[in-house]
Amino acid sequence: MIDRKILAYRRENGRVGVRNYVLILPVDDISNAACEAVANNIKGTIVIPHAYGRLQFGEDLELFFRTMIGTGSNPNVAAVVVIGIEPGWTDRIVQGIAKTGKPVAGFSIEGKGDIRTIAEASVKAKEYVQWATELQRTECKFSELYISVKCGESDTTTGLSSCPAVGNVVDKHCAIGGTASFGETTELTGAEHIVAAKAANDEVRAQFMAAFEDYTKLVLSQKKDDLSESQPTKGNIAGGLSTIEEKALGNVEKLGKHTKFVGCLKPAEVPAGPGLWYMDTSSAAAEAVPLWAASGAVVHLFPTGQGNPIGNPIEPVIKISGNPKTVKAMSDHIDLDVSPILQGEMTLDEAGDALIEMIVRTANGRLTAAEALGHIEFAMTKLYRSA
Amino acid sequence: MIHFLVHDSADTVGVAVVDIAAGTECVGRDLSTNQSLTAKTVEDIPLGHKLALRDFSEGDTAIKYGCEIGKVVKPIRTGQLVHVHNLKTKRWA
Repeated sequence: MIDRKILAYRRENGRVGVRNYVLILPVDDISNAACEAVANNIKGTIVIPHAYGRLQFGEDLELFFRTMIGTGSNPNVAAVVVIGIEPGWTDRIVQGIAKTGKPVAGFSIEGKGDIRTIAEASVKAKEYVQWATELQRTECKFSELYISVKCGESDTTTGLSSCPAVGNVVDKHCAIGGTASFGETTELTGAEHIVAAKAANDEVRAQFMAAFEDYTKLVLSQKKDDLSESQPTKGNIAGGLSTIEEKALGNVEKLGKHTKFVGCLKPAEVPAGPGLWYMDTSSAAAEAVPLWAASGAVVHLFPTGQGNPIGNPIEPVIKISGNPKTVKAMSDHIDLDVSPILQGEMTLDEAGDALIEMIVRTANGRLTAAEALGHIEFAMTKLYRSA
Repeated sequence: MIHFLVHDSADTVGVAVVDIAAGTECVGRDLSTNQSLTAKTVEDIPLGHKLALRDFSEGDTAIKYGCEIGKVVKPIRTGQLVHVHNLKTKRWA
């Protein structure tokens, strides 16, 4: 495909974003209230309240910092105000985000209290908003977009239509030097041999299988039954999916027909270069999409069969459905209808091209259904209990 | 009108792409070869649900996408609904 032109924001580090947020970011749960107050004071800002950031340790703490620093570093974010209870971890996040070159400032509450912190942070947030709102979109290339993919409330139509339509886009995007990422480790169960065969080399294959087997061990160690009401979900079952194997085989249609994946990412890890990357994520959308956003993804492609409203605070989520009932009953949530595929009235190539057109429109500024409906789900992935 | 699709020629189940009533002489398509297929339903198969393209005995494996999708836990006749009441995962059991 030709590398389409898009109108987007080129950030200080050269990365391309499609939104222009000024983010008020809490370091920890006890700073949520101050951040929400600043976001209320200064119009044009967004806030991402979350439940963690205290007493985490080890690999879980590293993931916490990757998630926070990555969220602030995402090219869809123009500038960041960070507020934490104490200055140490606040500054660690500020310094991490500052590596992108974007404006970022930190404030801490201890010794000062919420009200004075909110006042100081509001002054900075206002300055950032007035600066960011004068930034202009400039001509960038489609291949500069980092795109993440994950489906939800899948049914048998996703494996027939919306997932292979996304796979068609992954093939076309990676062929012109684009970057993409897939994950959902548990939802590869039964199709892990297909994923393994798509690894670019033996080392990548071994890394993928190690991550897959590690997650499988977790499921087997914690399960009390065959997970028959969790995976597949009740919605998946209502849509005709019977087992995790069947669900996974539809899921991996998103990887495309030709593309090999070039590496394996930890949750929220930034890809080192272009191509398709596997990320070790949960299969729950509100947990997984924030991990891709924290790794720098700027547009998410979300096939759904039964209809899933998921959105994200900073990464636009484009919904694609091939279920003719869902595209009628939940039309308010669906950005692209690919249901004609089921009757052979639309090819996967045509569906892929229609999706590329929708990505271009979204990148240029069109709000997705999830954005217009205010879906900003953000559940931080936590690896284990706090200390 | 197409009633059902199969992903691969090895598949032993098809996916209804419209609501199909019991007793319908169905037209299907094999997506791997674009060949036309036929089948007759013996019970209602809602859109998105699977119909058996052969008889299964308990302990058989159902095939879709040319791959295993689970073990049959109750006998299934050709044209019947294949779902959670007669098919279970082999992976987390």
